[in-house]
Amino acid sequence: MLKKRLIVCLLWNNGVIVQSVHFRHTNAVGNALTAVDFFHTWTVDEIIVLDVSRIEADRSNFYQMIRELSRRCFIPLTVGGKIKTVEDMRELFRNGADKIAINTEAVRNPNLITEGAHMYGGQAIVVSIDAKKTEEQTHEVCIQNGSAATGLLAPEWAKTAEERGAGEIFLTSIDCDGSLQGYDIALVRSVSEAVHIPVIASGGVGEWQHFVDGIMQGKADAVSAANIFHFSEQSTRKAKDYMLSHGIDVRKPAYYTVQTPRYPEYKV
Amino acid sequence: MIALIDYNMGNLQSVVNAFQLLREDMRVTQNPEDVRKADAIVLPGVGAFGDGMKNLDKLGLIPVLQEEVRERKKPFLGICLGMQLAAREGTEHGIHQGLGWLDGRVERIEPGPSSYKIPHMGWNNLFVKKDTGLFSGIEDAVYYFVHSYSFCPAPGEEESVAATCWHGKEVVAAVEKENIFGVQFHPEKSQGAGLKLLENFLSAVFPMAYA
Repeated sequence: MLKKRLIVCLLWNNGVIVQSVHFRHTNAVGNALTAVDFFHTWTVDEIIVLDVSRIEADRSNFYQMIRELSRRCFIPLTVGGKIKTVEDMRELFRNGADKIAINTEAVRNPNLITEGAHMYGGQAIVVSIDAKKTEEQTHEVCIQNGSAATGLLAPEWAKTAEERGAGEIFLTSIDCDGSLQGYDIALVRSVSEAVHIPVIASGGVGEWQHFVDGIMQGKADAVSAANIFHFSEQSTRKAKDYMLSHGIDVRKPAYYTVQTPRYPEYKV
Repeated sequence: MIALIDYNMGNLQSVVNAFQLLREDMRVTQNPEDVRKADAIVLPGVGAFGDGMKNLDKLGLIPVLQEEVRERKKPFLGICLGMQLAAREGTEHGIHQGLGWLDGRVERIEPGPSSYKIPHMGWNNLFVKKDTGLFSGIEDAVYYFVHSYSFCPAPGEEESVAATCWHGKEVVAAVEKENIFGVQFHPEKSQGAGLKLLENFLSAVFPMAYA
């Protein structure tokens, strides 16, 4: 049986990994490579890295970081943020990404999903959706780091993305992000029930039980978090232990270390 | 030296990373001469069956693969599409002829109940049928899969199946037939269990060095 997945989301802001509350970046966590080494050792199932920098800077730093990161990451690696063209996708795949996530540009130009899926296969194209609750209790899709409302409803947009060839939906609740109150279950469930492709729930995890809720009540195929995994020892491993003991079939946690190359290399 | 064939079917970087971690000398190549000189051949790849065969053909790699793998019995590892291409034929977007080392067809997975999503994507546990080759010493055989098509052995070829998994129906996850090894999942993305499997393949190639 296919297992449910636990995914770490790393937010990369101009060279440092940060935490996020309602899409505002708060404290710096540290270096991406160190973070990946730890989560890799604690048997997380997948890693998502999003470039959330607000300034438009030279992308070469980001590409270099992804390349170094992929050399020590022997689990699937999804990369997103600021992807506008299939050339941007190619550059990321060339640097070691296994899947890419598109958000704002997918809404502006849905054809990008189709083009990407055609070139790299649907399984490699993740459509990331940021949604905000409306007064009518529906969920509206927002783009540009959650700052611009689009008028699209999350389940409908997810369905369109699927028809366009997306292989997966990464779904974040803007209201719940950083709240520690758990996922927006209504949102997760409405999208999971609307599409046939896997849905990754994101935004709001404050305790391990929220992962169980996301899968049991939200019907998500995978659960993701960012903030909660930083600053506690063996976080993802403990989360998996909890999920297993609450009847969720996940890959068993075990220590796994690889002797990865150091960067930069020091000559002695 | 291990030849990793680059036939423009997806990203090879993660396979390169995995072999580098195992400190194995490898060459990413499109050159038939490298394939001839190599101690073993790895064929990775993501994409459609027909495109894969077309690209191998365009690069003039099919005759050298037939010669080295089928006749000279050089160790071969196919990963994902690379394993599927070893079959007699594929049915993705029309019928295409494969390399023909395994008797059977590559067909779309049609799981029974609709709760099984296609593509089959994520970590799945295997039912290992041969635990002396690729899976030797692996206790928790859980691997990362991404595919919509799978190899269906013809009657008589079931012997070659080394492991299966369950996705609404039994799906072939790995094959072992003499010098031909194939895995439907991605060992390079399956952490400890995957790297151990690649090491087992290398120990079949270089029995002395990896004993």
